[in-house]
Amino acid sequence: MKRATKLLATAAAVALGTISAANAQTLDKVKKQGVLSCGVNVGLAGFSAPDDKGNWTGLDVDYCRAIAAAVLGDATKVRFVPTTAKERFTALQSGEIDVLNRNTTWTMGRDTSLGLSFAGTNYYDGQGLMVKKSLGVKSATELSGATVCVQTGTTTELNLADYFRQNKLEYKPVVFEKADETITAYQAGRCDAYTTDASGLYAQRLQMQQPDEHIVLPEIISKEPLGPSVRQGDSQWFTIVRWVHFALLNAEEAGITKANVDQMANSTNPDIRRILGKEGEFGKAIGLGNDWAYQIVKQVGNYGEIFDKNVGAGSRINIARGQNNLWSKGGLQYAPPIR
Amino acid sequence: MTATTNRQAPGPLVTPPAKPNLLYRPEFRQAVYQVLLVVCLIFAFWTIANNVADNLARQNIASGFGFWNRTSGFDISQSLIEYSNQSTYGRAFWAGLLNTLLVAALGIVFATIIGFLVGIGRLSTNWLISRICGAYVEILRNLPLLLQLFFWYFAVLKNLPGPRQSISLPGGLSLNVRGLYLPAPIAGPGFDYVLAALGLGIVLSIAVAIWARARQRATGERFPVLWTTLALVLLLPGAVYIALGQPLSFQYPVLRGFNFQGGVAVQPELIALVVGLSTYTASFIAEIVRAGIAGVPRGQREAANALGLSSGLTMRLVILPQALRIIIPPLTSQYLNLTKNSSLAVAIGYPDFVSVFTGTVLNQTGQAVEVILLTMLVFLTISLITSAFMNWFNKHIALVER
Repeated sequence: MKRATKLLATAAAVALGTISAANAQTLDKVKKQGVLSCGVNVGLAGFSAPDDKGNWTGLDVDYCRAIAAAVLGDATKVRFVPTTAKERFTALQSGEIDVLNRNTTWTMGRDTSLGLSFAGTNYYDGQGLMVKKSLGVKSATELSGATVCVQTGTTTELNLADYFRQNKLEYKPVVFEKADETITAYQAGRCDAYTTDASGLYAQRLQMQQPDEHIVLPEIISKEPLGPSVRQGDSQWFTIVRWVHFALLNAEEAGITKANVDQMANSTNPDIRRILGKEGEFGKAIGLGNDWAYQIVKQVGNYGEIFDKNVGAGSRINIARGQNNLWSKGGLQYAPPIR
Repeated sequence: MTATTNRQAPGPLVTPPAKPNLLYRPEFRQAVYQVLLVVCLIFAFWTIANNVADNLARQNIASGFGFWNRTSGFDISQSLIEYSNQSTYGRAFWAGLLNTLLVAALGIVFATIIGFLVGIGRLSTNWLISRICGAYVEILRNLPLLLQLFFWYFAVLKNLPGPRQSISLPGGLSLNVRGLYLPAPIAGPGFDYVLAALGLGIVLSIAVAIWARARQRATGERFPVLWTTLALVLLLPGAVYIALGQPLSFQYPVLRGFNFQGGVAVQPELIALVVGLSTYTASFIAEIVRAGIAGVPRGQREAANALGLSSGLTMRLVILPQALRIIIPPLTSQYLNLTKNSSLAVAIGYPDFVSVFTGTVLNQTGQAVEVILLTMLVFLTISLITSAFMNWFNKHIALVER
């Protein structure tokens, strides 16, 4: 009933009108409190999970840090709020968190009826299915009659129903609230298949008892653009979160890294000078210091570095850049210029 | 309070108390206070509702119950009514609600049976039985329920073999990690007559019971009601069944593809939840039963012994009826607890009301306020109905025994 209590508290908050307070200038609130409340996943390796020392790590976590670096000048001033798939939107709506960075799929329904705005796509993903090798299944189309473990409150749950109906396949879903419980049930053989975003499948396979006994089927059954979201009605805050994302991409494109950012600050390249706040007043225009992007790269790194460190070649998960490469390298990540 | 009005009309026999000013009449004042309170409450609720609507609109969050008739787009693994991903959210609501009621009903029945057995067992003069029952109560009521559910689901049921290595049980049953598979009965032509015979048997045995009771009251002669009932309920339909050439066949579950097909499948989530809830609640019921029996004065038992009643009859005719009056009110609370605790289902993947409606529907529609309101309303309704029934039952028992 803990979850219900939480939701109830939210309902009460909505009822008593604390919402309007929460909706007032998020930037002022964050600056005043000196800390950014960031909603993250309770545990998904590569995106947001505590490491063995209890520090939060992951792609989404670094996005929280980047926002804190830009807004507060200090990437460590983040309060991470772990949320389940079910709680995440209510947490944002009620003002408990300032931004939601929780591998959340950007859909039209969520963008319109939940009172949220998605600020961008920090990971282009798609839904996949995982099965045990011993099952002898090579393709998702052979899964008729299968039982599938899935997490509640996700687009995954809906895509699964769509995919099986479209392909005229029978299936039974077994729905859990938390990823851990879902995976445990799958590993115990309760389900023939486990489905979630492909990135999640690769990350979670590493944590299974025998990773080699499971294969990810080749079919990607949906589009899952994952990205940060904020409350509607605060366009300043929305713009900040969106441009933190673009700054990370632009920094990578311009070749600015955590290591060379100080030398780059002396560069003569006008693009780089604008990004790092040496020319123009772009930071001030969004209500931040002019060195906002400098702080992001200095303290957190650029998009490519974040990707490599958490989910890419520099991590155990080792996912190829693929669609998440910059547009100039054949991927989909494209940021408008800072000028 | 001296009367200043009505001075001119003194009463004929007894002087009526002079009618005071309306404002000073206690009934009037009470009524005014009540009305004021109601108005305040209505105003408070109206303000809250308005505020909610305003805030939701300002935040561009959809509101209202328009989602009720929209296509849900998700599936539910177990449903007592026809349901698919093409059904509406409204239908998902009912599917979830029925799943919760199923668990609550099964849980209440099993918890009551186990609870009474353990409670009586704990008072047994047999050292071993009373200690075993005592250990049962102390262990189960002192461990968190969620932990017990995890134990049953992940530690016990999840360790069963896969579908291809199922354990075959007698009677065509198969048990594996996906659940318990039972043969499904298929009624042949003429099976209706067997059911009719069963109905007739039940009606007749009730009639016999009433007659035997009346006769025992009048003459003191006892009648073997139990055996007659058994004969009427079992032998009568059995005879009809055989006479009609056994018009009932079974469809046995067979392993095809990934799973067993055909037959009736009972999900392991349901089994874990019912076992967990009923054994846990039974430990509390056992204590309530023990307290109820201990609350009956010793003299009653001694009087029954003096009359020569056997210990079984003493328990059934003397002790239990008196104990029930003590037992039933707290028992009602346990039934309500069990129903509410069934919402822990979400942790082990059983599609109960909270999991389906307050989980998936809430998240897919994003309408937290409406969904939570409906959820509270549903649990309130279930609880009120349960306690209304138990209160009626309590009154019934109390009347008969006094």
